Formats: sequence, C-alpha cells, structure tokens
Amino acid sequence: MTRSPLAGRIVLTLVFGFLYLPIAVLVGLSFNESGLPTVWSGFSTKWYGALMANSDILGAAWNTLIVAVFSTVIATILGTLLALGLETRRRNGTAVEALVFAPMVIPDIVLAVALLSFFSRLDVPLGLHTIIASHVIFDLAFVCSIVRARLKHFDHSVVEVSRDLGASAWTTFWRITVPMLLPAIIAGALLAFTLSIDEFIIAFFTAGAGRSSITLPMQIYSMIRFGITPEINALATIVMAVSATALILSQWLNKDQFR
Amino acid sequence: MTGSLPINDRFLALEALSKDFGTTRAVDKITLDIRQNEFFALLGPSGCGKSTLLRMLAGFETPTEGRILLEGRDITSLKPERRPLNLMFQSYALFPHMTVARNIAYGLEMERLSRQEIQSRVDEIIAVTDLVQFADRRPEQLSGGQRQRVALARALVKRPRVLLLDEPLGALDRKLRERMQLELKRLQHDVGITFIIVTHDQEEALVMADRMAILRDGKLLQCGSPEEIYQKPADRFVANFIGTMNFIPGRIDANQCFTAPGITLPGVRDLIGDALLAIRPEDVALTTPQHGIDCRLRDIAYHGLDRVLHVTLNACGTPVQVRVPARSDTGHAIGDALSLTFAADRCAFFPA
Repeated sequence: MTRSPLAGRIVLTLVFGFLYLPIAVLVGLSFNESGLPTVWSGFSTKWYGALMANSDILGAAWNTLIVAVFSTVIATILGTLLALGLETRRRNGTAVEALVFAPMVIPDIVLAVALLSFFSRLDVPLGLHTIIASHVIFDLAFVCSIVRARLKHFDHSVVEVSRDLGASAWTTFWRITVPMLLPAIIAGALLAFTLSIDEFIIAFFTAGAGRSSITLPMQIYSMIRFGITPEINALATIVMAVSATALILSQWLNKDQFR
Repeated sequence: MTGSLPINDRFLALEALSKDFGTTRAVDKITLDIRQNEFFALLGPSGCGKSTLLRMLAGFETPTEGRILLEGRDITSLKPERRPLNLMFQSYALFPHMTVARNIAYGLEMERLSRQEIQSRVDEIIAVTDLVQFADRRPEQLSGGQRQRVALARALVKRPRVLLLDEPLGALDRKLRERMQLELKRLQHDVGITFIIVTHDQEEALVMADRMAILRDGKLLQCGSPEEIYQKPADRFVANFIGTMNFIPGRIDANQCFTAPGITLPGVRDLIGDALLAIRPEDVALTTPQHGIDCRLRDIAYHGLDRVLHVTLNACGTPVQVRVPARSDTGHAIGDALSLTFAADRCAFFPA
C-alpha cells in the first residue's frame, strides 16, 4: 500500500471510474438523438417519449410498481414485527436469527429455483402474487436487519415508562415504539422497494408464462435480445433513477438515527 | 401485630415479599410498612435486591411470594399502568421524539383528561420544576440536570400516591447531586407525596430520608430513621456500610467485661464470647499520653471541616480512625505516639 496522496487519488479515480463510467455512458446515450450507440448526433429526449408510447413497457412498469409496493408494505410490517420479536427473545434467539438472514446470503438463483418448485408443488398458479410473495421473503431480511440495528440503540425503559404512565401495551407500541423506530422502518421500506424494483432472477422464475406478469427488468431482458437500443438506455436510466433515489433516502434516514 | 397500626402508618405495606430469578433469590421475604408522605430510602450495595423491590412495587416484576398493599388494597397483581404509583427511571428514559411539554403531558393524556386540564397541570409542574424555558425543547437539547427534572415532572404530574425513584441522582455530578438532594426533599414536602428512593449512596440516604431500610443479599437488615441506623446499627454489616466504623476484635467474658490487648471495658451486656467493639471515629478522643490506649500515628487526612488521624493500636496493631476538628491543629507528625479514649456509651458490640 502506498501512502502517497496522489497515488491514492489515482487508484480511487480508477475504481470509481470502473464502477460508474458504464452507467454514465448509458445515461448519456439515452439522450442521444441518433439511434446508433457509437454516434453522438445531439441531445434529445425523444427516446423517453418513445417509451411512453410503448404499451408493453408501460404494462411492465405498472407490474413492477404493483410488485414493489405490495412486497414492500408486507415485508416492512412483517420485518418490523420480526425485529421486535427477535429483540425480546434475544437471549435464546441466535439460531432463529441466522434463519431470518439466510435469504440475504443464499444466491438468488437458488432461492428462485426453490420458490418455483415450491409453488409448482403446491399447484399455486404463477403470476404477480407469486413474485410479491417471493420478494417479501428476501425484503424481510433487509427490513428486519435495519430495524434491529436501530433497536440495539433503543432504551427499553421508555417502553416501561410509558406503561408506568398509564399507557396500555397497544398505545405504547403506537405512540412510543413505532415513532422511535420510524426512521429505520422507512429506511428499510425504501431499501426493500429498491431491491424489489430491479430484481430480475426471482421475478423471472416465479412470474410464470405470458406477458401479464412481466416486470421491467424482464422487459429489458427481452428487448435486449434484439440489440441495445436507446430506448433500453432510457428505460434503464429511469429504473436506476428511481432505485438510486430510494437508496439515497434510505441511507440518509439510516445515518440520521445515530446522530 | 401490624394490622393494628393506623392506616397512615401502613400506607404502603410489603408483606413477606420475595422474588426468585431462576435459582437465585433476589428479594427474600421482605416485610416493610411505609408511612404516608414520608421520604423512604432503600439502601444497599449493588445486587442487594433494592431495584428489584422497586420494580415489584411499580409492577414490572411479579413477586414470587408475598403481597403489596396500598392503603389496604392488594395491588400485587395489578398491571403497571393500573397502579397509582409512578417510577422515575435511573436512565430518565425521556421520550426522544417528544418535546419536554409533550413528555410531561403524556401520562395525563393516558388518563383521558380534558385538554385544558392537561395544559394547566403541565404548566403548573413545569413551573414547580423550573423548566419553563425548556418546554419546547427536545430531550437531546437538555443537560443531565434538566433531563432529571423532566423525568421527575413527568412522574409527578400524574399526582401518584407514591413516587418511586431509582437512583435518581446517580448520573449527576457531585455539586448538582447535593443541590438536587435538597431540591427533592423540598419538593417531596411541597407536593405531599410518599417518595421511595433507591440508592447505593449512604450519604444520599442519610441526607434525604425520613426513614430508611438497609438491604443485603435480598434481605432486610434494618429499618429506621437515619439517626437510629447511624447510632444503633443492628449488625456489623450495617455498622460498616453506614458511615465509617472502627472495629476492634476482642472477647466478652462472663463478668460482662470486654477485653482486647490493651483495652478493658466493663459493663457489656447481651453478649458473651468473641466480639467486635465498634466505635465511630468521632467518638474516639485523644488524651494525654500514657493515660489511655496507646497507639502510633500512621497518616493524617485533612477534610476541611475535620482531620482524620489514622493510627494503629500498639497492643494489637488494629487500625483505628480518629476524627478531630480541623481547627484544633494538634501539631502531630506521622510516627508520633498518641493515646486514645473511647466514649463508653458510644461503643457497640457485635458477635465476631
């Protein structure tokens, strides 16, 4: 390792260049007037306009939104409750904890195949609902881990104070526990939303046949077989912008809690 | 026996209260009567069960055995939110997402009082606890002493029958703690609520309490006024725990005479055999050399108001502390030979 600030800066630039240059090129080309990926002929938003006229893409976007919203809401509620339950049973809960976080480390392809065989064994018809259920499984782990991190800094005596001051367990949950955990809950929800919106493998496996349950990443994948068009660049840029916004918000909220 | 006491003397009655955690007994058959409007201190070293006892009173722990009676009513199995007792936590546990005023109003909102009533009671307590200019601040913007007052106000505004305080001054620095001790005592007098305070600081208990109970290993050792406990400790542990005590090992013979090397004290009743003589440093006096118990000066500790001479008795080598007024500068130097006398009526004797 070198200690020279200049060399450090060069390495850093190379790393970030490697990370973000392809994305920057993609975003840049999405505004290219020309349809060819190698020729820049001027700035234009016409490919975004073209997206809006493409009913396949709009349908996929709508599906993605449905999947992301439903899986986020369900995973956020379940994940928060799970985190609270784990915290109260912390002393004998290490094994359970490992089980909760397993979906974070199991390869997506394994999870996808397992879910597909699970659904077909139970004869569950595939569709948006199976994508939602599958997304809930891995979103849950992320929401739970973020809320648990916040709970580690949670002074449990505020809950007792609330009871002592005359509040029922229910009132205490809504007026004390939830508001105090809210930044972490929202951060978890935003992360779940981000993960869900651009998730491809699990959605691909659990969507079933037909166009009715195709999501945006699947749509992009099917379009790309006919070559990369500026339309795909534009679509990818939009998906990325939505994810990045949610992710940045999530990070910001999560940082806020340790202030 | 206790049943014949007037109700005000049995305001809060603990009857053979015990608490087991697994196989360890945290509180062991404690029976105590706490009077109305008194400032009562539960004192003991850490792990003596005093906090568990307090948490049982608040309703956060269920007693394994025994009953708790408040004004004759059994509240042993009442949920915390249904008890007319409030607990002020050691960590203060203020709600971080609420302002000071909202923190204080919370308990009244739970009673479903009208908005005007809540407002006027919050205003009143904010004035009493000197928090007016902090009403709209959040807990994170307050100092330790201010937080402590908010926690106190939040519990007091409920007008509980009994206020329980768990090491309320533990987190404050010494100067502030001394001021708050008197503040708390004044406040208790003004609001006329029974206070039960848990502390490990014997000085704090002596300053504040009307009566106190000394606990050790879950057992009640002694209950009484600070004067009684300081002057007539029930056993060796209490004697050692409260204030400073000199112990001199010796023997009490059949003639009621205590003897230790170089010491003979007649007229000791109630005890025969190996014994410990206990005497406070302020009850030991210096006398003309050769006319008392001979000793050698080892150390002098100056405390401003007084001076503590650390000596060892020549005959048995036992260390003894002697407290003398600081103004009477005796001009002693370390290594000097001194002579002591013990105030006979101040000596206590415990089995060795």
